[in-house]
Amino acid sequence: MYNQNMVVKLFGQIRAGNPQRVLLCFLEKGIEFEVIHVDLNTFEQKKPEYLLRQPFGQVPAIEDGDLKLFESRAISRYYATKYADQGTDLLGKTLEQRAIVEQWMEVEANYFNVVVLPLVINIVFTPKFDIALVEELKVKLDKVLDVYENQLATNRYLAGAEFSLADLTHMPGMRYIMNEAGLGSMVTSRENVNRWWNEISARPAWKQLMEMAAY
Amino acid sequence: MVMKVYGDGMSACVARVLLCLHEKETEFELVPVDLFACHHKLPSFLSMNPFGQVPVLQDEDLTLFESRAITAYIAEKHKDKGTDLTRHADAKEAAIVKLWSEVESHHFNPAISAVIHHLIVVPLQGKTPDAAIVEENLEKLGKVLDVYEEKLGKTKYLAGDSYTLADLHHVPYTYYFMKTGHAGLVNDRPNVKAWWEDLCSRPAFLKVSPGLTVAPATN
Repeated sequence: MYNQNMVVKLFGQIRAGNPQRVLLCFLEKGIEFEVIHVDLNTFEQKKPEYLLRQPFGQVPAIEDGDLKLFESRAISRYYATKYADQGTDLLGKTLEQRAIVEQWMEVEANYFNVVVLPLVINIVFTPKFDIALVEELKVKLDKVLDVYENQLATNRYLAGAEFSLADLTHMPGMRYIMNEAGLGSMVTSRENVNRWWNEISARPAWKQLMEMAAY
Repeated sequence: MVMKVYGDGMSACVARVLLCLHEKETEFELVPVDLFACHHKLPSFLSMNPFGQVPVLQDEDLTLFESRAITAYIAEKHKDKGTDLTRHADAKEAAIVKLWSEVESHHFNPAISAVIHHLIVVPLQGKTPDAAIVEENLEKLGKVLDVYEEKLGKTKYLAGDSYTLADLHHVPYTYYFMKTGHAGLVNDRPNVKAWWEDLCSRPAFLKVSPGLTVAPATN
């Protein structure tokens, strides 16, 4: 019998970057899920009921039986580990390979996201944004993408020969770069980064997510 | 062959790795990198870490950068000795350790490292700290510590009742922070204060803290 409580619930919005990280992980692993919409436009995520789930007032959060988690990268790692033998292997087979995946996940958090997030907030969501700040952030992003260009010259994916969480974790941010933020030329001007983005965004799980998001 | 850590003990990110090595009772060799002489920007170093930052770990054929990836690797490789830093035997507990490690990375660290940067690094460069940035980040840090105060009222450590990487990652920057004039942010929150005092009582901390020697301005 189908038990609604057996399916992991994701609290968030399908068009928001951090929930997309988790949704993509579910899709790559073939994990069934249910999205409980949290309306960011009306700041539902800042209301007391939601703060009980996520004390920083952000999406996503998950509820899976008695397990409640937040932080999209922690959630993704949990499901990639729990379902290691199902769907795409997102972590790597050896201790050393997992370490390299972890390293490039940290790079996303500490180098890529720290510039892409304020870039997106400014360019896409702020009517009169700080032009000097945006230019400064673009210079920083250029330097990060130069490192990626070099890494991807000798590696098909960021952590090596296989697609992993290290690539996946970049995808929501990359989508903004290529679309609403209007920074696609930073990618298309780099042969290897361009090849990498084209390849990972052609994955069936990504296409499924894009259909769900219906941009 | 003994693991090599490239960097100096006074770097908070290097100290994160050293704490982990001591908690896991793992031998290592510390290879100094002269940051003031910009040795971390030389090609020989960039070939290990293209972002030109310490720490870097070398373990046989494996070269790793990013302190939190390094601690995760050490904790997994040596999961059967020393302190259980990841709660690896229980997937749900392990996930909660990862959750609070992410909180440190995305909520705590940006605020505290901005304060430390302006109160320690900027004066060392002969410049004046930006008081507005310090104020803004102290406010953000206060809000994060409010969340911690509540959590630490329910569990002894951030991820549960045992010390894990989720607590460890906080230690080096907090150590520096407590030497500024803003230690009240910690001391005025009884649960956070008790947690911090507990972290400082650990043998691994007592081995690493003497290396955390860069003195901040106290304003």
